[in-house]
Amino acid sequence: MIVEVDVASIVLGGLAAGMVLFIVSVGLSVTMGLMGFVNLAHGGFAMLGGYVIVYAMKAWGISFVSALLIGFITIAAVSVVFERLLYARLYRATELDQVLLTIGLVFLMIASVTLVVGPQNQQLVLPRSLQGQVDLGFIQYRAYSLMLIVVGTLIMIGLWVGFERTNIGAQIRATVDNRRMAESLGINVDRLFTMTFAFASGMAALGGGLGAEFLGLDPQYALKYLVYFLIVVAVGGLGRVTGVFYAALLIGVLDFVLKKYLPKGGTVFIFALTIILLLWRPQGLFSRKAS
Amino acid sequence: MIGFATDMTEHPAARTIASRHRLRVWEPIPWALAVVFYFALPNHLGFGTELLVTILFALSLDLALGYAGIVTLGHAAFFGAGAYSVGMLANHGIWSEPITGLVIAGAVAACVGLASGLVLLRTSGLTLLMLTLCTMALLEELANLGHEYTGGFDGLTFSPPPLFGLFEFNPLYPRTQYLYVLAVLFLCFVFVRTLVYSSFGHSLTGIRENMLRMHAVGAPVRARLVICYMISAGIAGIAGALWAQANAYVNLSTLGLDRAATVLIILVLGGYGRLYGAFAGAVAYMVLSHFLAKYYPTAWQLGLGLLLVLIALFARNGILGIGEAMLNHFHRKRSAS
Repeated sequence: MIVEVDVASIVLGGLAAGMVLFIVSVGLSVTMGLMGFVNLAHGGFAMLGGYVIVYAMKAWGISFVSALLIGFITIAAVSVVFERLLYARLYRATELDQVLLTIGLVFLMIASVTLVVGPQNQQLVLPRSLQGQVDLGFIQYRAYSLMLIVVGTLIMIGLWVGFERTNIGAQIRATVDNRRMAESLGINVDRLFTMTFAFASGMAALGGGLGAEFLGLDPQYALKYLVYFLIVVAVGGLGRVTGVFYAALLIGVLDFVLKKYLPKGGTVFIFALTIILLLWRPQGLFSRKAS
Repeated sequence: MIGFATDMTEHPAARTIASRHRLRVWEPIPWALAVVFYFALPNHLGFGTELLVTILFALSLDLALGYAGIVTLGHAAFFGAGAYSVGMLANHGIWSEPITGLVIAGAVAACVGLASGLVLLRTSGLTLLMLTLCTMALLEELANLGHEYTGGFDGLTFSPPPLFGLFEFNPLYPRTQYLYVLAVLFLCFVFVRTLVYSSFGHSLTGIRENMLRMHAVGAPVRARLVICYMISAGIAGIAGALWAQANAYVNLSTLGLDRAATVLIILVLGGYGRLYGAFAGAVAYMVLSHFLAKYYPTAWQLGLGLLLVLIALFARNGILGIGEAMLNHFHRKRSAS
């Protein structure tokens, strides 16, 4: 019995972490797939979003949900400025230039946050309704983690419907597959880019806020978890919502299990697995484009 | 074509190509400055040694990134492989002679480069970027995991015996270190310079500029890239080994993303694909960070970020590129008047 409960708690914890990974990374997957832009500043948007959300709750005393909404909107709006002023100039540039621009942006974000707020970790105080435990019948588990699993699944379903069943989703998919053909068909790719970029950064902000409780929130967040976000995107496939979902859950659960049983150096296996997966299927494990 | 050969060599473009490898008047200047530094600033030789090691590391990246166009975020993997090679051999009392240690470290790093290059260079773009990053992270985690051999998070200390049995590596007065690193840097630079002006080097530039066309003219593209990656890794390993010997310790920082990103920034700041970019970038970056980072770390990061954004948007050829453009402008003005 005890072993079963142990397994269940690890799987639930891993799933909750995986959901946060998914919410942050899905935007990165769509922008990198759609625009072909190596956006290393995505973790920076997640970090900024987390700060906005924590600050909004502290300063105005508003509820967690409305703070998340404000974080999403603020970062989406800010990212439009970034996209129009900086990213748009480098869509046709080399990967190296894109890497340099976005590393520069990460440094700027980290330094500005350190200057304005300070280098220390910010505490996210959860609303009382999410603090306790929930009895699932076979196990008592943290309400917040369960909420994350539910919210992540709902977002996944929402994005899937948006992607596969709406006009905008069809336009995005068409542009990912063949940009020039999509343009010839009259799709306004520039506007699509701006909208998608804003949405993706907003999602990152949401993930930054939702994950702040257990990932922590300090200026270094922007770089600390970047490798994880990139791994999820690379394994899940560019521009693939379902692929990123499975990849995020896989990495989340794996990381949780390894941290529990191999606290020293367990991440070796995640990197080794990623290398093998990428060599086996360079387009990502769940990609439709895989050849 | 043979009949036109004499006419072809008269052509200005042909003359430029034929004389590209010749020694320019200004080329001895950096080396003279390095010697002057030794006599003029004896109290800053520790910093000078670090600077020279950084130049060598950036030079190795220039070979892969600037000449062959391999965009990598994981070059510190080879720096660390070299550093850990000398560190572990010396700490466990197996082998501690410095110069042969360098050779071993270079060979180990080159082997790591060959093995990973054979596998990774089949991919390109984002996948390649991710794979280089993951390979480096994997090595870092392995070094952390094998703490019995590598010292884990704390790293290893060791004391290299005197060079040629005569010159002590004194940590307080790093004169031996400075001259030793300068000599190795010079040898490696001559090697790299010869390499990039050889037909092999030209074929690398060709691959960078247009891979499809190089395939079409029958160049063994993949083999050239792998060999270049291996040589670059070997030099990076020598740089890492020098770093470990000069500091008499090795730790996980030699393998981190910080180091890989820094060397990339340095090379781009100086200007990649032009040999001396590594020198210009390392001097500018190290001097600035030496004075700014210690007292105003946040302002330093802010300025660095801004600089990177500006370079990516406006000055893709770095400091040397700006200098060249200014020189050209000046020449044109003079010939116009």
